[in-house]
Amino acid sequence: MFDSAAQHLPARPGVGYKPQHFKDILENPAPVEWLEIHAENYMGDGGRPLAQLRHLAERFAISVHGVGLSIGGEGGLDEGHLARLKHLCDWLKPASFSEHLAWSSHDDTFLNDLLPLPYTAATVARVADHIDRVQEVLGRRMLLENPSSYLAFQDADLAEVEFLREVATRTGCGLLLDVNNVYVSATNLDFDAEAYLADFPVELVGEVHLGGHFADMDDHGAPLLIDSHGCEVVDPVWQLYAGLIGRAGPLPTLIEWDNDVPDWPVLAAEAARAARILVPAA
Amino acid sequence: MSINSKTLVVAGALAAALSAAAMPAAAQDAKEKCFGVALAGKNDCAAGPGTTCAGTSKVDYQGNAWSLVPTGTCTTMELPEGRMGSLEPLERDMAG
Amino acid sequence: MKESAFTQALLDPDLAVPTGLIDAEGRPAGRRFSVYRNNVAGSLIEALEQGFPVLQKLLGETYFKALAGAFLRQHPPKSRLMMFYGAEMPNFLADFPPLANLPYLPDVARLEFALREAYHAADAAPIAAETLAALAPERFMAARLHLAPALRWVASKYPVWSIWQANTSGGAAPQMRPESALVLRPGFDAVPHLLPPQGADVIAALHAGTTVGQALEQAGENFDITALLGLLIQGGAITGLDEDCG
Repeated sequence: MFDSAAQHLPARPGVGYKPQHFKDILENPAPVEWLEIHAENYMGDGGRPLAQLRHLAERFAISVHGVGLSIGGEGGLDEGHLARLKHLCDWLKPASFSEHLAWSSHDDTFLNDLLPLPYTAATVARVADHIDRVQEVLGRRMLLENPSSYLAFQDADLAEVEFLREVATRTGCGLLLDVNNVYVSATNLDFDAEAYLADFPVELVGEVHLGGHFADMDDHGAPLLIDSHGCEVVDPVWQLYAGLIGRAGPLPTLIEWDNDVPDWPVLAAEAARAARILVPAA
Repeated sequence: MSINSKTLVVAGALAAALSAAAMPAAAQDAKEKCFGVALAGKNDCAAGPGTTCAGTSKVDYQGNAWSLVPTGTCTTMELPEGRMGSLEPLERDMAG
Repeated sequence: MKESAFTQALLDPDLAVPTGLIDAEGRPAGRRFSVYRNNVAGSLIEALEQGFPVLQKLLGETYFKALAGAFLRQHPPKSRLMMFYGAEMPNFLADFPPLANLPYLPDVARLEFALREAYHAADAAPIAAETLAALAPERFMAARLHLAPALRWVASKYPVWSIWQANTSGGAAPQMRPESALVLRPGFDAVPHLLPPQGADVIAALHAGTTVGQALEQAGENFDITALLGLLIQGGAITGLDEDCG
């Protein structure tokens, strides 16, 4: 229906698109070179959301990031939702499609949150089946994102990296590496974020996420970090990111800011920080 | 009113509406229209809002609405004849 | 893990945290589970706040938050599209005893939901003014109108349009009278308009596919056709028409 921009995400900074930034992005986008949208917010039939998206897609590579597919759900995928997703992707021809290692619906109830999964062989099989179906319907490879975890499952027996690698091997999907999620989960579940990243199959990473989190405490006074996307990325996450890019080379890198969304210059400054790390790696 | 005279009324109404609409309005270009106010998207992948109290306190929004009293503008909407705070219809309001 | 137990505990804070959920040292997850409870309730409440700003203003922020908490547990989303969450709000309000003394609230909710639907409805170009102008009046009366996909209407026993207006742009204080609102979206902004009396019946008839003449016949002699046609044409709501061939 129209000529969308680049067919792949550049290994440069992008941001999560917020409608209040529409004018700023068209007039003064630097250093942002691509945009990510949440698929479900563009599944209406028309109006301003799709008109804005069309204008943006003519100029920027777009990443479609699903938040409602419930890929880890016990039941089958919602075929109606999958059809809506295909409709959006066929129209937009995005440079990338990604979803989460999580579940978000049960029977016909949608819970609007990314809920945790036990890392077991049975879950690997279920997630792999669902990803096979998504890739079959969309006719493209998808990226699967590592979640922020707040708790663990007693009966889990696989490490998260092991789980992701196994799913990718079975399905051929790529991975979306959220470095803030690694830091949040490592803090909450007391593992070593550096070791996690060292073990991560970076050759499968098609996109990196960076975002802010909120620091809280659990019942025992232990730190409990919450993936709020409501503030700047913290220094330890920037350090993990710099280490990753140093090893893996430049990767498309997204700044996520979904709550208390700041004015454009603040978001652009976060993207500029990512740009400074990406340039020497190029 | 006969069908014919009604048709004439409608013809007049249509002509009036068309001449009013023909004036300005349509001159905005497509991109300008996109600049207007956008309703926020509500599907997100972040933790919910209000994280200053999120996560640790037991959240229980349930049931409060049964004991609370509204404090918004419904309490100040003032209607004629002193029916403050309520827009309960009276029989005579509904007649005709 | 059983999704059903997890889901029930998410939505009912009085239920115990499901078993098998632990922290790094193997202790029960406790408040860590509340992060998910909070995200579910908090994000759904926020969606309702953004979707029903006039209801929120009428009831106050604290009250609306509590109401939204009760609503989301009775009507958790069935669709994954949060832009359409809250369709059951009018009926929920109508059946919510503590608010029985504010009987206009369900219609306000209907209007706010109609505005949201209109905002996301399909685009459609209005019929060319020349096409309408060139049509003989008898042919217009015999025609069936195509109405824009964004068009919605709310008929009410209460001054629903005036209440909306007073709580958004500081319009005049609502006077007790029945009002019906017509939601139109000529560009990208959905706007409610006050319909003339009987206007909702005429719109409903046109929407159901009766001819212009039949719709007006039902409305009676005093119906303000000039006002209605003015709204429809200025609001770009007529997108085409069918003329019967026999």
